Amino acid sequence: MKLTGSSASLPIGNNPRQKSIWTTISQQKYLIAMCLPFVIWVIIFAYVPLWGWTMAFQDYKPGIPFSQQKWVGLKYFIELFQDPYFYLVLRNTIVMSLLGLAFGFTLPIVLAILLNEIKNDLFKRTVQTVSYLPHFVSWVVVASLVTEMLSGSGTVNNVLIALGIIDKPIQFMAQPKYFWWIVTGSDVWKEIGWNSIIFLAAISSINPELYEAATVDGAGRFTKIWHITLPGIMPTVMVILVMSIGNLINIGFEKQMLLRNPLVKEYADVIDLYILDFGINGARYALGTAAGMFKSVISVILLFMANTFSKKVADVRVI
Amino acid sequence: MKRSAGDIAFDAVNYTLMILLAMVTLYPFLHVLAVSLNDSIDTVRGGLTIFPRKFTLANYKEIFASPNIGWATFISVMRTVIGTITGIIATSMVAYVISRQDFFARRFVSGLFVITMYVSGGMIPGYMLMRSLHLINSFWVYIFPGLISAFNVIVLRSYIDGLPLDIQESAKIDGANDFIIYARIVMPLCTPVIATLCLFIAVGQWNSWFDTYLYNGFNEKLTTLQYELQKMLVNAQAQITSTEDIYGMAQAQKLQRISPDSLRMAMTIVATLPILVVYPFVQKYFMQGLILGAVKS
Repeated sequence: MKLTGSSASLPIGNNPRQKSIWTTISQQKYLIAMCLPFVIWVIIFAYVPLWGWTMAFQDYKPGIPFSQQKWVGLKYFIELFQDPYFYLVLRNTIVMSLLGLAFGFTLPIVLAILLNEIKNDLFKRTVQTVSYLPHFVSWVVVASLVTEMLSGSGTVNNVLIALGIIDKPIQFMAQPKYFWWIVTGSDVWKEIGWNSIIFLAAISSINPELYEAATVDGAGRFTKIWHITLPGIMPTVMVILVMSIGNLINIGFEKQMLLRNPLVKEYADVIDLYILDFGINGARYALGTAAGMFKSVISVILLFMANTFSKKVADVRVI
Repeated sequence: MKRSAGDIAFDAVNYTLMILLAMVTLYPFLHVLAVSLNDSIDTVRGGLTIFPRKFTLANYKEIFASPNIGWATFISVMRTVIGTITGIIATSMVAYVISRQDFFARRFVSGLFVITMYVSGGMIPGYMLMRSLHLINSFWVYIFPGLISAFNVIVLRSYIDGLPLDIQESAKIDGANDFIIYARIVMPLCTPVIATLCLFIAVGQWNSWFDTYLYNGFNEKLTTLQYELQKMLVNAQAQITSTEDIYGMAQAQKLQRISPDSLRMAMTIVATLPILVVYPFVQKYFMQGLILGAVKS
């Protein structure tokens, strides 16, 4: 007996529209039992916090019932937008996310193209395996490694001195002007290999006959990269670019939090750290929630913009 | 065919760059390993590369002499084991249910999970929720809030979608109920992707530190290795601030039998070790999983 692959023909619970809802429920009781606990879970852990946004409009005091909280309208949003430190963290968030986009997005493409040009399979696989490793290590460990490498007597200073580029050690971690670059560099170091995987997959799906034909026509290495590899991975590049733009403001805060110190704070703090420092550790819950809402709204706007853009340009939807 | 000079030069540059990348990736790990195995006073002299000069296990003995670290290791292992088992059960049940085209609430359930990938309440409402659920100062805050990731659900569901339906249908005819079909038929067929998801969840659990910091930071019975390392890192960052010149700092460290830096390096290795040990054997599963995810997105 050969059943068709179409799911509509499943005898497992027939078309629900032909039966009363109670029949369907009794037929699908196992399915319901399997997902109900997790539906409740997702409502509690993902949707109830959205209700918490009301805190931003209240003089929120923990421990008293919702009905007795005092509503204050936009008071905390006004306070937020009048706080000069908020603009500082906004600047840091934007600068670090743009640097992340500029390097964290382009360098994996370069790496994928270079890896693809390596014909020795064992060597190629070894480099790949090594380059994915830092992705699986926690940010705490990476921050610890970075702090050690960049310390006054650390490897980076030793190398720079040995090469004669500088003549006395630089305190990288103590100077604000290096902070954005340290964060961007650590991020690239951690994720370059991992992020190159998707581009390598895209390259491997290019028809090899294109390369053979180009070789017969006398095309060189660069010509082939420029006219075959790059156009071949362009759709993937566009999708990833659009997704990165959609996630621009969600740069995370772990690396900044772990690498910062009071000397570089004004260049290190991002929106989430503002929320953590003032909102939670400073118990200014309403102000912190307002900042969090601001970030969520920007994030959703960016996502919809990216989605509309990609539908027009590449005919792919991200959402 | 003869290779042109340009071709050979390209290869030379390319191989050099790749070797450089591999070195830049591995060197910090090897260096930290060397520091952690080196006598701490000798380390202060500087110039250590990837081999210990005066080999010692004193740094490791010192950190494990503190009962805190032994306990933190236990908690880290527990959250990884329990978090992975519960996470994979929850993820797979949701994925199976929404893979069933005939399930009457399929679109609702699937939508409920997908939306969570794009909208979240944020840090403070999440913190307030943990407080009202009494999950603060509790081990279960490591398990419940992150039980299911919608992304993993989608990866698994698209894998199930790719399986032939006939098997499920014949099991149904043989009288198996939906739970039996899920547990005995569908899950065994999903072994490769389940293995991958387990690894992702386990790595995520092992590597988390922020939940410990936020919810259980004050309770040393609930501390984890990553959080203990984070506390050491905060101390190191504070030193950067307090002693601008390295020479003062080096002098200060010489006075101590074991410098905090050597201890931090040993701790860094302890916090990374399970991943370093397991990684070479499982990286092919990671790859499979990523390709699945990539195809989906």
